[in-house]
Parts: sequence; structure tokens; C-alpha cells
Amino acid sequence: MRLAPALTLVLLLGPVLAGLAGTLAPALGLFPALGGRSLSLAPAMALLDWPGLVPAARLSVTTGLAATALSLAITALIMAGWSGTRAFRWMERALSPLLSVPHAAAAFGIAFLIAPSGWISRALSPWATDWHHPPDLLIVQDPWGIAMVLGLVAKEVPFLLLMTLAALPQAMPRRSLTIAQSLGYCRVTGWLKAVFPRIYAQIRLPVYAVLAYSMSVVDVAIILGPNTPPPLAVQVVRWMGDPDLTMRFQAAAGAVLQLALVVVVLTLWRLGEGVAGRLGKSWIARGGRGRFDHALGLAGMAAATLTAGAVLLGLAGLALWSVAGFWTFPDAWPDSLTLRAWMRHAPGLRDPVLETVIIALAATLIALALTLACLQAEHRFGLSPGARSLWLLYLPLLIPQIAFLPGLQTLALIAGADMGRGVVILGHVVFVLPYVFLSLGDPFRKWDTRHATIAAALGAAPRRTFWAIRLPMLLAPVLTAAAVGFGVSVGQYLPTLLIGGGRVQTLTTEAVALASGGDRRVIGIYALAQTGVVILGFAAALLLPRLAWANRHALRAAA
Amino acid sequence: MNRLFSAFALAVFAQGAAADPDPADWDAVLQDARGQTVYWNAWGGSTATNDFIRWAGDQVQQRHGVVVEHVKLSDTADAVSRVLAEKTAGKDAGGAVDLIWINGANFAAMKEAGLLFGPWAENLPNWPLVDIEGKPAVTSDFTVPTEGLESPWAMAQVVFYHDSARLPEPPRSIPALLEWAAAHPGRFTFPQPPDFLGTTFLKQALYGLAEDPALLQTPVEETDYAAVTAPLWAFLDDLTPNLWRRGRAYPQTGPRQLQLMADGEIDLALSFSPGEASTAIANGELPDTVRTFVIDGGTIGNASFVAIPYNATAKAGAMVLADFLLSPEAQARAQDPAVLGYGTVLATNRLDPADRALFDALELGIATLTPVELGPALPEPHPSWAVALEKDWSARFGVAQ
Repeated sequence: MRLAPALTLVLLLGPVLAGLAGTLAPALGLFPALGGRSLSLAPAMALLDWPGLVPAARLSVTTGLAATALSLAITALIMAGWSGTRAFRWMERALSPLLSVPHAAAAFGIAFLIAPSGWISRALSPWATDWHHPPDLLIVQDPWGIAMVLGLVAKEVPFLLLMTLAALPQAMPRRSLTIAQSLGYCRVTGWLKAVFPRIYAQIRLPVYAVLAYSMSVVDVAIILGPNTPPPLAVQVVRWMGDPDLTMRFQAAAGAVLQLALVVVVLTLWRLGEGVAGRLGKSWIARGGRGRFDHALGLAGMAAATLTAGAVLLGLAGLALWSVAGFWTFPDAWPDSLTLRAWMRHAPGLRDPVLETVIIALAATLIALALTLACLQAEHRFGLSPGARSLWLLYLPLLIPQIAFLPGLQTLALIAGADMGRGVVILGHVVFVLPYVFLSLGDPFRKWDTRHATIAAALGAAPRRTFWAIRLPMLLAPVLTAAAVGFGVSVGQYLPTLLIGGGRVQTLTTEAVALASGGDRRVIGIYALAQTGVVILGFAAALLLPRLAWANRHALRAAA
Repeated sequence: MNRLFSAFALAVFAQGAAADPDPADWDAVLQDARGQTVYWNAWGGSTATNDFIRWAGDQVQQRHGVVVEHVKLSDTADAVSRVLAEKTAGKDAGGAVDLIWINGANFAAMKEAGLLFGPWAENLPNWPLVDIEGKPAVTSDFTVPTEGLESPWAMAQVVFYHDSARLPEPPRSIPALLEWAAAHPGRFTFPQPPDFLGTTFLKQALYGLAEDPALLQTPVEETDYAAVTAPLWAFLDDLTPNLWRRGRAYPQTGPRQLQLMADGEIDLALSFSPGEASTAIANGELPDTVRTFVIDGGTIGNASFVAIPYNATAKAGAMVLADFLLSPEAQARAQDPAVLGYGTVLATNRLDPADRALFDALELGIATLTPVELGPALPEPHPSWAVALEKDWSARFGVAQ
């Protein structure tokens, strides 16, 4: 038990650091299988010679910053304008389905919505637009990455909302807001001035994770982002896939640059927090009670509806495609409906679904066990994690996957551990654990320790208190954390592919391979299957506590 | 430590050597293969191909007890990377990849890096049926001699397809394409190089524009590259502003063009599979008014191969599968446009009458050209052309914004 925190850190950081070393070496010219046996600056020079470097790096920075800033702003406005209202409760309910849609599936759905030949354009053509052919407009894959930012925001707002909701109780928003409102502040302004600073301090790390992810995302960028040139991370993946094997050196150098970009931008964001804090303080000190309050609240609601609608409508579009006969522009509906595509692909779905569920369950269970052990150790031995170890926990989410997974693959091979389901599960734990820890940490610590005191007074050992009282009482938050971890595992692509050697085939690896052909029917089927598996996890997290604690009202709600 | 390491290495190598089957002793290969699981790494973006691979796997399991797992790749390079990573780590036996669908630059790279097992292909029992004289591409992969390191299983040739309802008379030469695009801006595009089909379009255009196309058979370094390609860049400078999205975005893969055609975004597209349009019509992915054509002067043709990595686990099973792919039964099925529509690599005149009847019975499909209409295939240029053209195109157009 005492060793749990150390073991957790080794399991998390070992692979990340080892993988980074495996990427740094080829970036410096070391790659014996390709004849690179001495240190050299050639990979860096080759990278600098690539004419697209500056625009690609710029895109990575601008799309990442825009997506993060927008997501954070929308999240804050929703919370400020609507938390506690009935509309907000409806939104909370939409949260798990939104979180369940894989990034790539959401991106495909949005692409089909907004493309010039997409659903919106079809619905308006030709009666409103007089378009008989789709217009030649650069909406998807626009050079500024606007479509890509939209796709990212649509998926990151639900994530930040979830994190904010978890942080909310500690910030005690109701009291602050009541005082602010009694002083004459309007709702949105009062919330932004009195509650937001405390919330932000708590969701800072998730925001950094969003920033790092948005800057180095590959799948969403390929589908919605520009490609002449693409953002840096996409180009690095292309170089890794180049038939000319010596491009691997340049790819490694690019991955290192991507990592450096993320570190620099994170630092700038951190400095920006100080500036924003100072500006915010003077804004608060000026004492304005809120002039555009109503408009701000409505803007938040409009943005939230837009982003949630984009994901859900996009998914609906893909679902319709999966049963569509021939469906051409400008028809708003397919010619006919048919189950042909489902009949064709259903037999192939069974094995990947099983594999996905087995891996996700195992990875989640390991992550849960480690998290609970760490938290219990913290509770019993006072091994409380400082802010620094929280950073370490977040490291796998802050380092771009392309910067350490290829290196990790090589090292796993050298260690002779690879190709099996088991190693893939361990690989998934690296990404699942931070999310499980984040989701579970606060509810676990919030548990009223007086229960433990009473149990001890009645003669129960700490172990018994944990199993018989604390864990059952925390069933709902434990299951919620498990559902989040399960969803994260289902969505992993690169770790599964690289560590599993292609032999471990999950829904996500299958979906990405099939999607490379661009057939919307297949994409629709796999998007629905992926989303369905994750939603089942969330549904179980909601239902099980209600069934298990049918006679314990206070224990029923998922945290 | 050192001694321990060499003992370990010895054990690994000895095991590797003992496990390698002898392709010349086919009975032993069949015996070894029984019970093996072959991980066939093949691009997974086409439903038709995936169905064919599943069928082939079922067949070899029934006949030879070889289980086939299709590792669906989004990019062939993923499998090459895997073998490379294994070599880096010194894993010289028991690798994850048993068979790769491969050709062109990927084959050249693996051959040069010593990542392939063999020679074995010319020992396959069905090898004598392969049309080596009539289809030189089956032993010369983008001019690189295959030397028995890979076995062909399908012929491909560049074709263009158009929707006859929107475009009744398509342009039939590269200069005519330029003129047509100028008159109809935004209605044509090609997959973005270095996608192999996009690079093929560049090569095809170069064939149509170069003064002496025979030069393309020699490595780039031995020619005056700038002079040979000057007409191509002039052509692309004129064409690009009239492409779909004015050349500011491109489809990322060949099959993405199917969707663009079905959505009515483009009127003209290219494919490496003469039967692709018919298969897509049969699957409801294209309207039945789509037709295939080739441009005057011929189009580039090549063969698809399967190769076995040097450290594959199930080499015997992989050879059995490769041999099955060469069987008249599998070849006829692959050529059926309702299944795949790939050209056969066999010399059908050498087959016995029963096998030949399999091919004679095939319906070509509504949008597929007869072999005569398809015309002769132009040989692929030396792989160095693909590398040079990709790099040059990316610098000129791929980062232009």
C-alpha cells in the first residue's frame, strides 16, 4: 500500500520517458538499423530544409491555441449563465453521449455536415440556394484550420465541462454567487468575477491537456484540417510512413520539434494566466455589475448548442449513411434505406468489439486499483501528493503521443515484451490512469472521514473500513471514473497499433483503417459501434448504483 | 554479460534458421504451414478488398489448415515501420508481420534494407501459370527486379472514370485534360502526393508530356531531371488553379474520390483498378451512369505483390497463402467485378479448359473496359522518379496554401 504511489509513477512515467529517449536518438542521427551510428545534425537540417515547416508549425500553434481558448470560454460562459438551471441539467445529461463519440467519428460527422456537398447544404438545395452541383468552396480543410478548430472545440467543451463539474463543489459557487448577486452583480458577471478564478485554478491541468492535445492532434487534423501543408503532427506521421526509410530521421526531428512547440506554448499560456489574472483583477476592481450580461449568457448557450448539435447531428448523419442506398447531392435523404452495409460488416464487428471491451476493462481495473491504492495510502499515511506529483500524473497527457510512442515501440521490442494483448493493456493504462485519478480524486477525498472514526471506534481495522464502508459508499463516483477510463481506452489508436504490432485489433484500429477509404457507410457503422460501447459503460455507471442502492437515496446519484 | 548475450543471440539465430522453411520442398512447406496463423498486413480502406481477403483466408483454412488474420492497415508503411522497428530491436525471428501487400517504393526500400525473406516466389507450385512474358511487371516492380522476393497477385492499370450524365465526352489526353479543366474549373482533382495514386497521376502526366518517355526507365540521377520534368511543372502551374478547391485542398486517398464523385463535387477521377467503378456501382457508392476510359497513348500499369518479411513467424503459411492467391480460382474471383475487378496475373491461354472457363464466364461489369479497350500498359518509371516527383510537387504545390 505504501508503495502504491511509487509503483503508479513508474508505470506512468517509465513508458513516457523511455519513449522520449527512443525518439530523441533518431532525431540526433542514431538509428543503427538504418545505418545511423553517430551523432549528427543532419535530421534537424533536413527538417529545417522542408519548405512547409514554418506554416505547419504555425498551424499547430494557432489551431491549438484557438481551440483551447474557445473551449475554455464556452465552458465558462455556460457555467456562468446556466449552472443550476433546468437547461443546464439537460446539458449535463447530454454530456456522457458527447464524451462517448470518438474524436475521429465526430470529425467525420462534422465534415459531412458542413461540406459544400454536406447535409446542411443538401437540406437547403436547390430550393433555397439554387445549387444543383455542390459549390466549389473551401469549407472543410480550409487553410486557416477553422473547420478543425470547430471539430476540436465540439469535443473539448464536454471534457472541460465534466472537469469543471467535478471541481465545482470545492469552489462553493452558490455562496459566492448569492453574495455577488446581493451586491447587485448580474449572474454571468458575478460568476465570472467571483467563482471562475477559483474554478480555473482547479481545472488548470485539464486545460493544459486540452492545449497539448489540440496542438498535436492527428486524426481530427487529417479529416478537417488543412493539408497544403498540414499541421506539424500530421506531417510527422506522414514522414514516418514514407517508403523512403531514411525519412524516419526527419520524422523524429519533427516529433522533437512538436514536443518543443508544446512546451513553449504551455509556458506562454502559463505566463498569459498571470497577465489575464492582472487584467481580471482590475476588471473586478472597477466594479461593473454587468452590462452585456444577458447577451453573454445567450452567446454561451448558443455556442454550446452549436457544438453539441454539430457532434450529435454529425453522428446522426453517419448513422443515416450506414443504412443509405444511393444518396447524392442535392437530396436531403437517401433514395432508399437498406441494411446491406450492416449485414456486410456485422460479422466483422464481433471480434474487435470483444477485444476492445477486454482491453478497456482490464486497463480500467488496473487504473482503478492503482488509483484507489494511492488515494488510500494518501489517506492512511498522509502521503499527500504535492502539486508537483499531480503534474507528473498529467505528463502522459501533456506530451504529444507522436513524440514518445514510436520510441516506446522500439524499446518494448528490445525488452522482448510486445505484440500481446497484455502489453497493449499496460500501454492503455498510461493514458487511462490520469483520467481515472482525476475523476476519482476529489470525491474520494471529500468522503467524510468521521465514518472511518466511527468504524474504528466499533473495532474495524482500516482494511475493513475501506472495503465495507468507504468503497461501497463511493460506488457511484468509482463507477463514473471507471466509465471515463473505459471510454479513454476504447479511443486509443496509436498505442494499440504500435504496441500491439497490428495484431491486436480493436474497434478503433479497425475504424481508422476502414476510414482511410472514405466510405461513409463503413465509417458510420464503426462510429456507432465505438460510441455504443462507450455509452454502455456510462449507462452501467449510472444504473448500477441505482440498482445496488435502491434503498439508499443519498448513495444513488453518480458524482 | 557478453557471454550471456552471445548465447542469447545464438539461441535466437539458431531458432530462426531452423524455423525457415525451404520453398523448394513444397510438401514440407505444406506440412509446416498447417496450424500456423498468418498475419496478412494489407491496406484496409476498401470493403471489396477486405471481403476478398476474408474469403481467401477461409479457403486456405479449409484446404491447408492455415488461419489468416487480416491486419487492416491505414497505410502499408505501418507494416514496413513495424519490421524496421523489429530489426532495430534485434528481433530477428518471431516478427509480427507474416505477409505484406506491397509494391513499388515500399518493396524497393525493404529489399534494399534487407528486410525481406526469400527468394521463394518462383518456387510456388502455381508460379508456372504466371504470365511473365506478357506482363513484364510481374517480375519487375517499378523496374526493380523482384528476384523471387515477392509474388504477384493482381494487375492494376490506371483508368479514369467520369459520370456520363454530367460529362458525356471526357478529355482523352493530358493536354485535353488541361483545356477541359480550364473550361470547367473545380471539377477535377487527384489524391495528394505522396499518396501513391496521386504520384501515379504525376507520372502519367509526365508520360503524356515528356519528349522522350523512355528516359523514365532510367534512374533520375542519370537524366537531366529539370529538362525532362519542365513540361510537367508548366502543365501543373496551369492546371492547379482550375482544380477542385483551386488546389488548396486535395483528397487524401484514392477512394475519397469515389465519395467526391458520388457527392457531385467532381466529374472526373482516376483509379488504379480497372474494375473499381463497376464494383462501386454494384455497392451503391457510385451512380450507374459512371463509365471508365483511358487516355490516348496508354496508361501506367503495375502489379500488386505479397512479400514475406525476413523475420516473419509463419513463413510457410504465408507461402501457402501466396500460392493460393495465384490459383486460377482465386484469380478468377479477384477479376470478377462483382468482387474486386482486379486483372489476373496468369496467362489464361496456358490454363486447362476448366480453369479457363472460370475467366471466360466473367461478366465485365457495366463500367469496365475490355482488355482491348484498356490497351497496353505503360511500364512504371524507375522508383527514383516517384521520390523526386513527390518531393518536388510537395515543395511547389504541397505547402503553397
